Amino acid sequence: MKNLSKEVWVFIEHHNGKPADVSLELLSKGKKLADSLNGKIKAIVLGHNVKSIAELTFKYGTDEAIVVDHKALEKYRAMPFSTVLNKLVKEHQPRIVLFGATVVGRGLAPRVASNTLSGLTADCTDLQISDVNYLKQDYKELLLQIRPAFGGNIIATIITPDNPVQMATVREGVMEMHEVEKPNPIKITEVAYEAGPLDEVIKIIEQHHEEKKVNLKASPIIVAGGYGLGSKENFKLVHDLAKAVGGEVAGSRAAVDAGFIDRDRQIGQTGVTVRPKLIFSVGISGAIQHRAGMQDANKIIAINSDPEAPIFSVAHYGIVGKAEEVVPMFIDTLKHKLK
Amino acid sequence: MYRSIVMVKQVPDTANISGKVMKDDGTVNRAKLPAIFNHEDKEALEMALQVKEKFGGTVSVITMGPSRASDMLKECLYMGADTAYLISDRKFAGSDTLATSYVLSEAIKSLGEFDFVFAGRQAIDGDTAQVGPQTAEKLGLPQITYAEEILNIKDKTVKVRRAIDGGFEILEGKLPILLTVVKGANEPRPFSSKRVMTYKNAKTLLDLQKLCDENSLLYLDELVFEYKNKNMYITTITADDLKELDTSRLGLHGSPTKVHKIESVVLSGGEFSKINPSREGMSKLIDELLNDHILG
Repeated sequence: MKNLSKEVWVFIEHHNGKPADVSLELLSKGKKLADSLNGKIKAIVLGHNVKSIAELTFKYGTDEAIVVDHKALEKYRAMPFSTVLNKLVKEHQPRIVLFGATVVGRGLAPRVASNTLSGLTADCTDLQISDVNYLKQDYKELLLQIRPAFGGNIIATIITPDNPVQMATVREGVMEMHEVEKPNPIKITEVAYEAGPLDEVIKIIEQHHEEKKVNLKASPIIVAGGYGLGSKENFKLVHDLAKAVGGEVAGSRAAVDAGFIDRDRQIGQTGVTVRPKLIFSVGISGAIQHRAGMQDANKIIAINSDPEAPIFSVAHYGIVGKAEEVVPMFIDTLKHKLK
Repeated sequence: MYRSIVMVKQVPDTANISGKVMKDDGTVNRAKLPAIFNHEDKEALEMALQVKEKFGGTVSVITMGPSRASDMLKECLYMGADTAYLISDRKFAGSDTLATSYVLSEAIKSLGEFDFVFAGRQAIDGDTAQVGPQTAEKLGLPQITYAEEILNIKDKTVKVRRAIDGGFEILEGKLPILLTVVKGANEPRPFSSKRVMTYKNAKTLLDLQKLCDENSLLYLDELVFEYKNKNMYITTITADDLKELDTSRLGLHGSPTKVHKIESVVLSGGEFSKINPSREGMSKLIDELLNDHILG
C-alpha cells in the first residue's frame, strides 16, 4: 500500500459541554501513536455549539480539530453521527481512528468500520505502533491492538495489515490522561453537515442521566472487597478499612453480582480501571479480568485466606489470613501509630 | 403483522477453556469447546416472540456457523421461532466481525421484506458488540443498541427504552430497524414440550448430506424434499446460494483484522513481601507505608 496517511483521529464524545474523560485519555494515547508515526493527532467533534469543546482538546495535544456543528447533531444518535463520520473517514482515510468503548462508541465505531471496510478491534487494553512480519510479509508501522480475549484466558494482538484505516475502541480509564506542557495553536476546521436520507428516522423522546456518585479513578487510596468476604455484613470490614485509611470502597465483579456493593464501584475489565497510590484487595481471588483493572496500582496489599489465590501474584504485600481477623488488627495498629 | 429476523450465535463456553484450543493461525478451534446459545441472543429471540404475540407476525432465526449450530437453531424452534436458517460454508471460516456482518447482511437480503432485525448486544466469546451495528450499516437500517424494552409499536414506528452510559433514553424509530438487546431485558421462555416433540428431528442440509454419505440408497434431493414437506427442514444457506456474494470479502482472507499473536496470560512476579497476620506484621507493614508516604 502506498501513500498511507499518518493521521490519528480521536472521536470526541461529550456531555454537558465537556469532553468525556475517555476521549481525553485517547487523545493522550493518540498523541503518542502520532508521534511514533511522525504524524498528526486530530480531534473529531460532532455536535451543536461545540467549538469550546474542540478548543479544550488542544490541552491534550490536538494538532487540529475537525468540527461538524449542526442542530441535527445536538444529541448523539447513531444515524446522523455515522453518516457524517463515514463521509469524513472515506474522504481523508486517516491511518488510525480511536473511539471510547462506551455505549456511544460501541454503536458508532462498528457502523463506520462496516461502511468504510476498515478493521476494528473492541476494548483494547494497549495500543502500540510497530513494524510487523505477518505471513512472511513485512508491514511498516502497524497499529498493534492488544486485548484480552476468551474470557480473559488469553491476550491477543490484533493487526489490520492490508487496510488503510485501523480502528479500535478502548474503555474509560485504560489509558492515562496527560495535559501537554505547550499546547499547539488552536486550529479548527469546520466541515458542513450534509443530511443523509435516514438521519431523522430515530428521535429521542426522553433522556435520563444519573450523575456519577463515585469517581474511583481519582481516588489515591482504594479498598476493594471480593466474594470471599461471604456476606454483605462482612463486607462492612471493607468500609471500616476504607474509613481508617481515607480511601474509596470498591468491589470485584463477583462482589457486585452478589449484591455486596453497587455496580458503579466495580473494578476490572468490564468495570473501572484504576491506578491508585495504594489498593487493598480483601477477599478477592484475582481473576485476570479483575487484575487488568488494578494491577498498575503503585502498591497492592492483598488479604486472602487462600495462599494460592492469584491476587498474590500481583501484590506487593500479601497477608494470608481471615479478613475478619486481619482487617480489625490493621485498623487498630494504624490508629495507635497515628495517635 | 411484523416480520422479525433474529440473528443468533452459538458460542464457546468461555468459562471452561484453556490455551490449547487456539489453532496456530490464532483462530479458535471451536470444535474443541463446549457450545452454548449466547444468552443475549436468546433474550433477543424472546423480545421478537413477544412482538409476535402482541402484534402478530412471524419470527425467523438465522445463524452463521458450523453444522452443530443446528442444535441451537432447534432450541429456537422449541421456544417458538417459525423458521430457522443456518448459514454454513467452509468459505466463511475464520471471518472477523466485518466479514461475518457481510455474509449475514447478504443472507438477510435473500430472505425478503422484514420489519425488525434483532440480535443480542454482544456474544460472550468476543464481547465486541460489533456485528449488530455492522450488519445494520450494510442493510442501510437505523439501529437501537442496548435495547431494554419495546414500549410500543404503532404506525410503523417502534418506541424503545435503551440503556446509555449512566442512565437510559427512550427512542422512537421508523421500521425497518435493527435492535440489539442487552442482558436482563427479559427472561427467555422455556421450551414448549410440544414443540420439542415436533422439531427434535429437524435437519439441516449438512445433516441430510451426512445421512446420504452413510447410506447409498438415499438421495439428497429427495430427502430435502421430504423434510421440507414435513416442515422439518432447517434451510441451509451456502456461499453458492448467495448470488451476489463477493468471495474476496469472506473468511480469514476477507477479514481486515488478523490475529498476529496469542499469549497465555502470565502472572507478573515483582517485589513481594509476605506479611504475618499478627500485630507485629501489621506494625511492620504500616511503618513501611508511612515511610514511603503512601499512608498518613
